[in-house]
Amino acid sequence: MPEIVVISGKGGTGKTSLTAAFAHLAGRPVICDLDVDAPDLHILLDPVRKRSEDFVSGHEAVIDPTRCTGCGQCAQACRFGAIVPDGPRYRVDHLRCEGCKVCVTICPAHAVDFVPRHCGEWYVSDTRFGPMVHARLFPGQENSGRLVSLLKTEARRIAEETGRELILSDGSPGIGCPVISSLAGATLAVAVTEPTPSGRHDLERVTALCDHFRIPVAVVINKCDLNPGEAERIAATALARGHALAGRLPHDPVVVTAMVARKAVTELPETPFAASLREIWRTIETLAGQRTRSASRA
Amino acid sequence: MIVSIASGKGGTGKTTVSASLASIWDAPVVAVDLDVEEPNLHLFLRPELSPPEVVNIEIPVLNEAACSRCGACAEVCQFKAIAMLGDTPLVFPEMCHGCGGCLRVCPTEALSPGTRELGSLMRGRAGRIEFLMGRLRVGEAMSPPLMRAVKAALSALIAGAPRDAVVDAPPGVSCPAVSAVIDADIVLLVAEPTPFGVHDFRLAVEAFTPLGKPLAVAVNRAGIAPAEEAGLRTFCRGRRLPILATIPYDRAIAEGYARGRLVADLSPGLRATFTALRDGLRAHYAKEAVHA
Repeated sequence: MPEIVVISGKGGTGKTSLTAAFAHLAGRPVICDLDVDAPDLHILLDPVRKRSEDFVSGHEAVIDPTRCTGCGQCAQACRFGAIVPDGPRYRVDHLRCEGCKVCVTICPAHAVDFVPRHCGEWYVSDTRFGPMVHARLFPGQENSGRLVSLLKTEARRIAEETGRELILSDGSPGIGCPVISSLAGATLAVAVTEPTPSGRHDLERVTALCDHFRIPVAVVINKCDLNPGEAERIAATALARGHALAGRLPHDPVVVTAMVARKAVTELPETPFAASLREIWRTIETLAGQRTRSASRA
Repeated sequence: MIVSIASGKGGTGKTTVSASLASIWDAPVVAVDLDVEEPNLHLFLRPELSPPEVVNIEIPVLNEAACSRCGACAEVCQFKAIAMLGDTPLVFPEMCHGCGGCLRVCPTEALSPGTRELGSLMRGRAGRIEFLMGRLRVGEAMSPPLMRAVKAALSALIAGAPRDAVVDAPPGVSCPAVSAVIDADIVLLVAEPTPFGVHDFRLAVEAFTPLGKPLAVAVNRAGIAPAEEAGLRTFCRGRRLPILATIPYDRAIAEGYARGRLVADLSPGLRATFTALRDGLRAHYAKEAVHA
């Protein structure tokens, strides 16, 4: 089954607005918001929650002040600077604790408890375009990669159970842990960029990441008229690196109009922007279909 | 004073604000790029950079001959970086957080410290602005340890001679974003008055308020969605978050940015916006520091 992940490197290039339109245009997708850190897709898709689950992952250290003798061995051993003096004793700064258990293991007074970490929540919902799997990582939490993997597993299960034909995911910015997790097993990465110094620079890094994991890339250049020369250079670079060019979109206020209306831009009365987006979606579907067929032959 | 520029949502203008703020700063200042996954500040400040310094994380290296196959290392590891394959430990270096737990518990000293490259630290200078950035290796998943190395370099600079810092943080509100603002004196949130922007701004306020640091706001692309902006301003009033700058939604600014220009250089009015932001940050910090 094709799995399409929309990424960008740089934030704010239009991933979520485009994903909402693709969800509208796709036939029978399961929709996944993998930007668990700052999810926004639900704002456009208005999901009705069917199921809500706690995301508990890893542990954190908690020093019991009644047992702590203040010897400080834990603070010396902690590589994360997470153990700080608190009067004559010590306490754990939970925002810095990575849950490695070293302090728990070495404390001579057995004063450090190791408690499961409730990092967030995840949901299965219905939307007007199909089922949606999404989540919310609590502020400052780690393990976003594990949560992304969990959402993908759930999306695959729903797709199989309901006979849906595509998993469409909105990814997160950057090239780190959650992005790496979102790319695992993807059929096609759609990289949305803009012709700005940051857009170009970040696209190069995120597509290098896709190359590293051998995920095929289709580039969409959004806001292409902000700097047409740069847009052409980005297009040429993409093709030279063996990436597909799915298309170009202008810098158009209709994107914000759609966002304010809580709609996909393709749901509004037809605009040139939406027409280009339909073309782009057809290209992406074709590319993903080719990849899926070649993968099933292999 | 260390000012961290954060946002929640990506693409709201953190780098735009950081670059312009650093460019008009009227005291010794270090511009720091802590968005190590996608560092962009150098594209606008254009510093002369010295050669990159490789930053590593410590990982375990197994000497099988010395291993007693007790399994204590795999048991202590919380990150699935060591697994027992039959009775032999197998190390997965890319999963390792560098806590050193396995080396501590190994009874036969069969594990020794090795390294995994996280990325690089770069130092430079753009005119009178000192510059520091981290750049994550493509394929590396963990940004916080590299950010710690960049922050340590900043602390060393400040310890050498007091100066201010303008820190460009990564987007989001999870561990990398919190790690970027946790050592700041004041956090400036760049808010975009769109439905996505306001939603993520509220997440950021929720995430950063418990840190107990003064928070202030810069509204970027003001005028793009008036009803959302009114909601944003009401929310800020309710939370007593001062709005220290308002940058209008203007195609000329977007085009200037697309050509790598500093927004503060585009017009005298925009320059005045950033000098007022600088003064506002100082005043807000001074006021909050008295309260603290």
